[in-house]
Amino acid sequence: MNMKERLQELQEAARRQIQESGQPEKLNDVRVAFLGKKGELTSILKSMKDVAPEDRPKVGQMVNEVRSQIEEMLEECKTRLDAKMREEKMKAEYIDVTLPAKKSRIGHRHPNTIALEEVERIFIGMGYEVVEGPEVEYADYNFTKLNIPEDHPARDEQDTFFINDSILLRSQTSPVQARTMEQGKLPIRMIAPGRVFRSDEVDATHSPSFHQIEGLVIDRNITFADLKGTLQEFARELFGPETKTKFRPHHFPFTEPSAEVDVSCFKCGGEGCRFCKGSGWIEILGCGMVHPNVLRMCGIDPEEYTGFAFGVGLERIALLKYEIDDMRLLYENDARFLKQF
Amino acid sequence: MNTSLSWIKMYVPELDATAQEYTDAMTLSGTKVEGFEILDKDLSRIVIGQIRKIERHPDADKLLICQVDVGSEVIQIVTGAPNVKEGQKVPVVLDGGKVAGGHDGKKTPGGITIRNGKLRGVESFGMMCSIEELGSSREMYPEAPEEGIYIFPEDAVVGENAVHALGLDDTVIEYEITSNRVDCYGVLGIAREAAATFNKKFVPPVVKKTGNGEDVNDYIKVTVKDPDLCPRYTARVVKNVKIGPSPKWMQRCLAANGIRPINNLVDITNYVMEEYGQPMHAYDLDTIAGREIIVRRAVDGEKFVTLDGQERSVDSSVLMICDGEKAVGIAGIMGGENSMITDDVRTVLFESANFNGPNIRLSAKKIGLRTDASGKFEKGLDPNNASAAIDRACQLMEELGAGEVVGGMVDVCQETRQPSRVKLEPEKINALLGTDLSTEEMLGYLARVELTLDEATGEIVAPTFRQDIHCLVDLAEEVARFYGYDRIPMTLPTGEATTGKLPFKLRIETIARDIAEYCGFSEGMTYSFESPKVFEKLLLPEDSPLRQAIVISNPLGEDYSIMRTTTLNGMLTSLATNYNRRNKDVRLYEMGNVYLPKALPLTELPDERTMFTLGMYGKGDFFEMKGVLEEFFEKIGMKEKPEYRPGSRPFLHPGRQASVFYKGKPVAFLGEVHPEVADTYGIGEKAYIAVVDIKDVLEFAGFAHKYTGIARYPAVTRDLSMLVPKSVTAGQIEAVLIQRGGKILESYELFDIYEGAQIMQGFKSMAYSLVFRHKEKTLEESEITGVMNKILNGLESLGITLRS
Repeated sequence: MNMKERLQELQEAARRQIQESGQPEKLNDVRVAFLGKKGELTSILKSMKDVAPEDRPKVGQMVNEVRSQIEEMLEECKTRLDAKMREEKMKAEYIDVTLPAKKSRIGHRHPNTIALEEVERIFIGMGYEVVEGPEVEYADYNFTKLNIPEDHPARDEQDTFFINDSILLRSQTSPVQARTMEQGKLPIRMIAPGRVFRSDEVDATHSPSFHQIEGLVIDRNITFADLKGTLQEFARELFGPETKTKFRPHHFPFTEPSAEVDVSCFKCGGEGCRFCKGSGWIEILGCGMVHPNVLRMCGIDPEEYTGFAFGVGLERIALLKYEIDDMRLLYENDARFLKQF
Repeated sequence: MNTSLSWIKMYVPELDATAQEYTDAMTLSGTKVEGFEILDKDLSRIVIGQIRKIERHPDADKLLICQVDVGSEVIQIVTGAPNVKEGQKVPVVLDGGKVAGGHDGKKTPGGITIRNGKLRGVESFGMMCSIEELGSSREMYPEAPEEGIYIFPEDAVVGENAVHALGLDDTVIEYEITSNRVDCYGVLGIAREAAATFNKKFVPPVVKKTGNGEDVNDYIKVTVKDPDLCPRYTARVVKNVKIGPSPKWMQRCLAANGIRPINNLVDITNYVMEEYGQPMHAYDLDTIAGREIIVRRAVDGEKFVTLDGQERSVDSSVLMICDGEKAVGIAGIMGGENSMITDDVRTVLFESANFNGPNIRLSAKKIGLRTDASGKFEKGLDPNNASAAIDRACQLMEELGAGEVVGGMVDVCQETRQPSRVKLEPEKINALLGTDLSTEEMLGYLARVELTLDEATGEIVAPTFRQDIHCLVDLAEEVARFYGYDRIPMTLPTGEATTGKLPFKLRIETIARDIAEYCGFSEGMTYSFESPKVFEKLLLPEDSPLRQAIVISNPLGEDYSIMRTTTLNGMLTSLATNYNRRNKDVRLYEMGNVYLPKALPLTELPDERTMFTLGMYGKGDFFEMKGVLEEFFEKIGMKEKPEYRPGSRPFLHPGRQASVFYKGKPVAFLGEVHPEVADTYGIGEKAYIAVVDIKDVLEFAGFAHKYTGIARYPAVTRDLSMLVPKSVTAGQIEAVLIQRGGKILESYELFDIYEGAQIMQGFKSMAYSLVFRHKEKTLEESEITGVMNKILNGLESLGITLRS
């Protein structure tokens, strides 16, 4: 057998053993057996002294070729075996992905707050500042400065809780209008969310304590059309881009002209359903152009400035939007209720 | 207010709209329709029939077989009604027709269809009906028998539509009238609006001069002693009164408005009250002593029996109508039993007066008696309407043959209201509305509601019944209403831009909410008012400042009578609700105000402080609650270590509570709920509470951040395992670590704490891991040893030894 044949045989033997190895450790044995210090290829190299000197470079080249072939085969096989092993390992590591998640039990915001933050987001985006006012309030701000004089029937209509003759629990967020105007910084674009109180017995649709969001814009050249446009924008943002608004004349002492606003029912789109009691419309707020008497009482010249105001019932929006059928749920704080939001 | 559509049409004869069209249009022009009831919506194929013959049913004692002429034919009907007689004219439902309900008055939605059938073997072709089956009641049709079939008067025409004959082919509209539109508390006012809305002719009744040649002043003298409470008092007299039923058309009108017809006299006063919105009263003149009326304030403690037979106690703020000897009525509220009209009345004194609205409102409230009349007077009526109404009543008396009207009117009038005048400035109206209407168009809309231009002055003159027209914006609203709110364009405000923002306090509150929620707490809301009993429930001592609560003068009840000074009760009540409902591991928070008076009784507004309250039971302990607070503090930029001092709040466990201080100032407290308090509320597990006063943290909160560089040199860790006297707190140990560790002590962590068998009595084992690092170099062993020795010395002075 000449050297070339020996080397070919050797390479063939290596290929066989590599193919049969099956495991990375065995592959190492193959490496040692052929390429190691006492390996077969090494021993061939050692026997180079028996080769004729003129043949040596050629044989040397052949040996190196075989070595690199074997190494390549080893490498290729190792990559394949590693991949196979990983595959098998992963197969064994199978998990049931339908087992329950591990959650950190994050708490939930109150539906009122969710609705409020939504409203705040809309108006802040339109350049409104959020303002707070006192819940225990002077009758003067709750009534007088809102064009509701001493003997006005509206003082009774609102079923106000009184502390004494001059101090009461505000029955509306509108006093914040007067407080903001009195500060004298113009123009004004503000909303004032907060708690209000009326002596209604607790039932599914009434609560002696609830929330309103007041809105007020005072500037030069503010029009009823601006009021309509603003609230239309608001309704679309809050209830969806298809929402339509309907402005109906109404009466509030502190605005003139005044309106109540209905939005097209966001459940049925206006066709009539149980939410809108078949009418296709849902009443959501009251609004109007700030009465010149109010402007005057708050130190603003009605000849120069006009403005609009609106008031939204927060609970009303929350109940409607989240389909809550009993207002009492909002104040019971049952964890099973709260975690739905 | 309810009114039939047919009554409106009496004044707007051209009005032609379905109930729905009418509803929509009126609502859009400002007279809000709350709903309507089509009276005959469930009635069909009902005619007037005449009973020709009645026979007994062969197989049933209580049934009768009637032969009924229904115009086109004679049909056989079997009935169980007790009141039928031959010759009577009755409503008959024909085969396939519908009635509204049963004779018990219960209505069946959609109605009940009547079919030919057999009753105990005898064929019956339809049904004779009671007024209840027709969807109405004896209240509205007083002539209907108490039980049985409705009987028509003899002149009813057989075969005609019975529903029409009864006036049930009508629609009752329910309005919501706003308090500024006093005129619309009368049907005429609404009709005027309807005419304006549909742009049709308004035809009010024409009131003719009435009265014989006599002078009313010979019958009655009127003195008003308190003109401030009675700006006008008019009186007229009708003699030779003949009491009888009022005509059917009047009864129908009253019935639709929810007023039960009684007799011609009462019905006329009610009719005029409804028509003009002006309450009237009728006295039996023969009961009026001295033939004089004196209008005066009551004497304190005066007792008076109203015509409902109730004795009422009145005081000097209440206005009384008196005769020469005694009181005969409470002005504007209710007449007296002593001057009540009876069927024997011969001479009637009509009163149509104007009273001070607020006074009537307060009196009605004080006496606890609110009537149709007081409800109208309290809105403040137009004094000019008083004489119009009394003349109308006299006209009806005359027309209906109910008596002989005496000539003239007694009119004690302190105040003749003048029409208000407002300068019309069309450009300002357009500027306010955002419209571009011509002056002519505006004048057209205004004229529809009788707001006319005085061309000499350029002013719009408002009739006195329009007490809501005072200034230009009022005219703008009238223009807008009839132009149509829906036609006004939609624009957005222009002008100077403003920055939308959430104030700092509300931003902090939002972060508090976020942190609470990350930590598993859900947001609750509780009432601001509560019962004074909570002080006891929370074990507050008598002298606790938290007992200084604002009291509501007219609360819904004791349970809602004080403004809360602490949020504890709300939170504990909510936790208890959850515990009671077997909800596990509940965590709640609330962001709500307490109301701390500066002085009591209240003379100025209280300090309203927003409290961030956390509460939980189930999984978790004191330290977890403490962790929530610290997460919050860190998130709002309070990066220094808060200080925890043992607290003494009575509602918390005495050994498991702390007051939290930041930079030496109190900002919060937390602790385990006192077991007795937990018991009282019915929380059967350990509960924990934390309360942060938002105002207190505001001064420390901020969103400034400053990068300090990430350490590049290696850290060295040393563990300290210590035997610590039980009385020494972690806080004390940590104070030593911080103070003695100096700049190179990067952090420390308690990783083990143990008390028990292997530890000496009176001691506990605590182990800290300390991390040292220098910012600019690698620490040398000697430096660490030096600091460690200082720390150990400090700990030793606390009685701490190292565990071997």
